[in-house]
Amino acid sequence: MTAAPRRDAWEKVTGRAQYAVDMALPNMAHAAVVRSERGHARIAGIDRAEAAAAPGVIAVVTADDLGDLGRRFGHIVPDHPILAVDKVRYYGEPVAVVVAETPHQAADAAELVWVDYDDLPALTDAAGALASDVLIHEQSYAEPGEAFLGVAPAPSADNVAHRDELAWGDAEAALAAAATVVETTATFPLVYGYAMETYNALADWQPGTLHVISTAQHPLMVRKELARIFSLPLAAVRVEVPYIGGGYGSKSYTKLEPLAAAVSWAAGRPVKVTTDIEAAMYTTRADGAVVTVRTGFDADARICARDIDIRFDTGAYADNSPLVLTKSINRSFGPYRVPNLRVRGTAVYTNTSPASSYRGFGAPQGALAGELNIDMAADRLGIDPVELRRRNLLAPGDTIIDGKRPLDADLVADLDAIVAALDRPAPSRAHAPDHVAGNASAADAAPAPDAVPVHDAAPEPGTLRGRAVAVTASDAGASPISTAQVRMHADGSVTLLVSSTEMGQGSRTALAQIAARELHVDLDAVAVGQSDTRYTPFEWTTGASRTTTVVGLAVQAACADLWNNLRERAAESAGVPVDRTEARDGLVHVLSGDAGEDGAGAGAGLGVGTGTGTRVAAGASGSGSVSVAGASGSGSVSAAGSALTPAEVIRQWFGADAGEVVGVGVIRRDGATEMLPPFWEIGAVGVEVAVDTATGEVAVEHLVTVGDVGHAVNPDLVKGQDLGAATQGLGIALWEEMVYDGEQLTNPNLIEYRVPRLRDTPRRITSVLAERGDGAGPYGAKGAGEGALNPVPAAVAAAVGRAIGVWPTELPLTPPRVWSLLQQASKPG
Amino acid sequence: MTGSQAATSTVVRVRVNGRDRELLVPVRLTVAELLRDRLGLTGTKVSCEMQVCGACTVLVDGNPVSSCTTLACDLDGTEVLTVEGLARGRDLHPVQEAFMAANALQCGFCTPGFIMMAVALLDADPDPDSEAIREWMDGNLCRCTGYAPIETAVTVAASRLAAATAEDGQ
Repeated sequence: MTAAPRRDAWEKVTGRAQYAVDMALPNMAHAAVVRSERGHARIAGIDRAEAAAAPGVIAVVTADDLGDLGRRFGHIVPDHPILAVDKVRYYGEPVAVVVAETPHQAADAAELVWVDYDDLPALTDAAGALASDVLIHEQSYAEPGEAFLGVAPAPSADNVAHRDELAWGDAEAALAAAATVVETTATFPLVYGYAMETYNALADWQPGTLHVISTAQHPLMVRKELARIFSLPLAAVRVEVPYIGGGYGSKSYTKLEPLAAAVSWAAGRPVKVTTDIEAAMYTTRADGAVVTVRTGFDADARICARDIDIRFDTGAYADNSPLVLTKSINRSFGPYRVPNLRVRGTAVYTNTSPASSYRGFGAPQGALAGELNIDMAADRLGIDPVELRRRNLLAPGDTIIDGKRPLDADLVADLDAIVAALDRPAPSRAHAPDHVAGNASAADAAPAPDAVPVHDAAPEPGTLRGRAVAVTASDAGASPISTAQVRMHADGSVTLLVSSTEMGQGSRTALAQIAARELHVDLDAVAVGQSDTRYTPFEWTTGASRTTTVVGLAVQAACADLWNNLRERAAESAGVPVDRTEARDGLVHVLSGDAGEDGAGAGAGLGVGTGTGTRVAAGASGSGSVSVAGASGSGSVSAAGSALTPAEVIRQWFGADAGEVVGVGVIRRDGATEMLPPFWEIGAVGVEVAVDTATGEVAVEHLVTVGDVGHAVNPDLVKGQDLGAATQGLGIALWEEMVYDGEQLTNPNLIEYRVPRLRDTPRRITSVLAERGDGAGPYGAKGAGEGALNPVPAAVAAAVGRAIGVWPTELPLTPPRVWSLLQQASKPG
Repeated sequence: MTGSQAATSTVVRVRVNGRDRELLVPVRLTVAELLRDRLGLTGTKVSCEMQVCGACTVLVDGNPVSSCTTLACDLDGTEVLTVEGLARGRDLHPVQEAFMAANALQCGFCTPGFIMMAVALLDADPDPDSEAIREWMDGNLCRCTGYAPIETAVTVAASRLAAATAEDGQ
């Protein structure tokens, strides 16, 4: 569409943007959480006397103090205690909370809470937990009829949080008959999302109401869980979400909100709960995975079967992992023609930090093994890996999974764009905007963020280079339940109300652009506020890259509704039937002629209806920029009919320079969003890596992303999403890993948990936008935000494998790990 | 716990964003806590609390400092500049403008720290090459952008500052 600057940029460069962690309420107290120092243990006793007597302490709260409140949360499996009940299941689990006047007083007193534990065996890896008789959860949480998106808690009490399977044809028989079978097992690490604003929540319980300000991506989901815990009506629970300092899925669903709310209730004060990095790593991580893929090929190198086994390390509580597992299953076999398929998935409870959603939502885990396997197969078959993919990729309109939306993307074209970019010589160092216009309609791909610096690759002895591509398609879990409201004011400007949270993706900018386009107003005339469940309408989540597509459609529908309401008011003011009006080019046209039921002249008809008279917007045709001569409504009448600006319609109808007209747009499973998923989110990347043979260090020389987004409402924002997502993928590929030594996390900090730094950025970045208008969203848009992460770990692993001659099977590819692989390499030279 | 606030607090005289302050601060109070909780300057963000992420960067006597791990009592006699002190009224600092122009932010949580570090860099080296930018800015983490737009923003800011300086010189 158009390049438009971010709406939030000024606030953010001046330090005025408010995040939950910046918020305060009158008489606010502060909490410090006492966390488990055991991986798995029964709580024998909690001695809080010393803490309770410490300076400034208001309350020391344990699970025993929560009265009639619900004890556990969990939107799929209600297995997650607000505060540990009877036992702890992972190192760092909240056991008690000290509420005090200041953060320092709370932190000091928390050191004085003494917890006695009776140790239980800590099961910190999934294989061990599956094999063990020790139960992490000794009960099933299944309730008859209870399910979330069709996913229900496991009926048995074992260490499995969820099992699922997807199959068609006869994979076993097809593999037995295959000309070639290639097997790959790959390990995806335990990853922490590291949003720079760590989880925090400020809660104010008052009789009959609960107000929470937090870092929640999905305020309406949190509202639902809080209402249940507190036995309150939904309307009594207000969840307010200002700017979020990074989300990436890691702030999906409920985190600290029940804890903050419960201690506010217990202490009788507004209470703020924050986390440091260590506590954040104890709050949520992504599912680790071991995935085994066996792929059978016929003599023409066409896939005849894939058999996949996914085992998730889900940690101590299920949270969203059952859903992540079902999606990982759907995303593991890739957008290929697979006539025979079997995927089995198991999410295993372990005594580690609970896992939940993270950018990509099961896709990176599955794709690591799935796409690495395609590269290994290409090697075995003696075929170029790009050609092997071309031969097997699905075409636009093909079915990926029966009953789901057919593929709404051209993956072969995406692949061609990657290869073209990888083959293109590096631009000269001087001025090197390496953002290319993509294929197809990408000719209008916006300029910029141009001038991304290009650093010359310096070929050195002792450097091995490799290149790989990878492709993924994700059935976006973007449940089409969304409501948008546009309120048009008496000057024609607009307030857009949505509950999408702004966490950096630029939703307020993109949605304002859509509203401005639909209403023919300047972008500056559209205000978008923060989500606040008391005022903003229902939104399922801010996840699954849904916002531009699903919320965008809701905004379009709201604008259409607004035009209808404007027409009705114009008709009423003019005294004509509504079918004598039309909305066109940003104006409401009241048609002249004799079609009026009263048969009177149109001019006369126009004169009826307002005491102040009507006004013809002379010369207004199509410009949409008509100004009104004051609110007094000095009107005039034209026999030729009239064209009114929306502002004129509003002022006329109210008879004053006042009032507003509201449009509401509702999206559900109907029309463009009847078939799920609303879109397939595509990931298509290429990487070129250099491996230092002396140190095992991997540098990414060239990163190519293809944003297959249908239509880029704001190209800069899409490119920002793609580079950001790909960079997080590089983090998983090369550095990021939570390491457990026994029951304890050994690297709960940003020194030892290493995320990508500025120096790690690829020396060359090519960002292609493929705009083929093939999405169900506004103007043919599809979702972006996760796609560019999903294939990156697989692509890097394959590229390193090609460079060094040994296929890596475990991420991240840290220097020690790569160095060890290099020692295995029997590659001559 | 001594329970005696007086014994663990000290008076600090510091100029913050051009305003002289005299504050009684607990000796354990960090600069970030002083700025955010006492002075309401919440533009300074705290994330890693270990001098790894740079989100809390402020300038103390012109030098970039991690405010999360610097004690407020050590500010006595110094001058502190935070992101709130960069703009002149409605006019943004060229570095702020450059971050807007280069789309060098998403969630914005790292932005104040990056901006303060970029200001320090350009004060020390008005014409930094790519390696200097990478060297200086490597101590700030961004989880959203993938850094390339931030690198661009620093380059843009350098040329804007150079242009402004040239204009002043005429």
